[in-house]
Amino acid sequence: MIRFHEVTKEYQRSGTALKEVTFRVGKGEFVFLTGPSGAGKSTILRLSYFDERPTSGVVRVSGVTSEHASRREVSKLRRRLGIIFQDFRLLEERTAEANVAFALEVTGTPRPQIAPKVSRVLTQVGLASKATAYPRELSGGEQQRVAIARALVNDPFVLIADEPTGNLDERATRGVFQLLREINASGTAIMMATHDLELVRHSDYRTVELNRGQIVFDSAQTGGPEA
Amino acid sequence: MRRTLRDASAAFARSPLLIALSVTTIAFSLFAFGLFGLVALNIRAALQQVEERVEVRAFIADGTDAESIAAAAGDIEAFPEVQSVEIVTKDQALARARKELTEFSDVFEAGVLPASIDIRLKPGFRDPATVERVAERLRSYPFVDDVRYGEDWLVQLYRLRNIAGVAGLALGLAFAAVAVIIIGATIRMAVLARAEEISIMRLVGATDGFIRRPFLLEGFGKGVLGGLLALLLTWGSMHLIDRYLNFHTVFFSPSLAVLGVAAGAVIGLAGSAVAVGRHLRGL
Repeated sequence: MIRFHEVTKEYQRSGTALKEVTFRVGKGEFVFLTGPSGAGKSTILRLSYFDERPTSGVVRVSGVTSEHASRREVSKLRRRLGIIFQDFRLLEERTAEANVAFALEVTGTPRPQIAPKVSRVLTQVGLASKATAYPRELSGGEQQRVAIARALVNDPFVLIADEPTGNLDERATRGVFQLLREINASGTAIMMATHDLELVRHSDYRTVELNRGQIVFDSAQTGGPEA
Repeated sequence: MRRTLRDASAAFARSPLLIALSVTTIAFSLFAFGLFGLVALNIRAALQQVEERVEVRAFIADGTDAESIAAAAGDIEAFPEVQSVEIVTKDQALARARKELTEFSDVFEAGVLPASIDIRLKPGFRDPATVERVAERLRSYPFVDDVRYGEDWLVQLYRLRNIAGVAGLALGLAFAAVAVIIIGATIRMAVLARAEEISIMRLVGATDGFIRRPFLLEGFGKGVLGGLLALLLTWGSMHLIDRYLNFHTVFFSPSLAVLGVAAGAVIGLAGSAVAVGRHLRGL
């Protein structure tokens, strides 16, 4: 489903971010990407949704390869990916439901279908009662739930999460993580970069640890569930 | 398309101040260009009026019979450069001189002034070289004593006209370039103001075309509004000049006015296309 084959990514200014990384994420899998800052976690995520292309090697996501994908193909692929960030990236001047609806509107979903989908997904993340609130009226945890709702609304096969709990207090972190577990249990794969080792330790999901652009540990290789 | 329209109108509704600012900026840069255009137009009109007065006068030797003069006049009228020909007899010349130079009216005596053939040239044939060529042909008539057309004056007029033309072109290009740059910057500002929105659109899978469309429409709308506002400002300025400085000014013809507004629309559209395109390529 997501496959990295000998992927190297170099930046002109900061040098090598990833060095010949090979791994795959299977259907419905939950994978933690861990490692210190600058280890290459975010680079892997950005390569996964084709925000960037590898310097060498190949990234393949659901049949789309980094070597040949056109901008249009990337757009189409992203409609089947859910992407969330540490800083939520919500539109401040839109309500929670409008933020979620935005993802449907800009991908050409017919209007009558938008409202029921938005309401279903807001209920799923536990925010049905705050549909008309603006981001500034919501707590960090709630804002991240709106972002997750927006990521889920197009029924993605994988949720790509870059430090989704990085800005949240412990309680909100637990809540958001629980939500991600539920999403995963319903069949959506999750690839999540995190610094939160507590979170990693207390779950039995696959962990890929990076250091200086290389995979230094993969629990799937040491007896964990194989992709 | 409906969504594009809704998006563009939502952009207007969401940030009316920014939109008003960019429309005003566009309007004023087009207004500056419009004012310049108006000045250029009026200078041209004024020069044209002066040019209307370009006249070649062929003086006829005394004693030439009327038939020969009439035949020559018919001949001359058939020159491709000639608009009209008038035969002025000695008596008429005297009457005209008395009328035009009243203070010398008693100095003139019958028979002092020669008869002449007065020739007006068609527009486009009033430059010094052409006039001299016509004068040369007139001199070839045996009964033509002299040909006068105010050579020095005509050369000066054309020098002025050429300077005005070249300066006008250079200034016009400069003004147009400034307008394009300012409008481009304004639109880029609008794009940057929505950079966050654009990046989220890209993230959730909106295509470039989809992202671009509302901006193009917005740029087009701003261009049209800015153009109309500029036209209104130019028109208002002309009226003020007319009223308080007592100049009679010429305004743009309707087709020129439409062309001006259309230019605003095109600049708005092209500016948006460039600004969004550049922004998207960077994502």
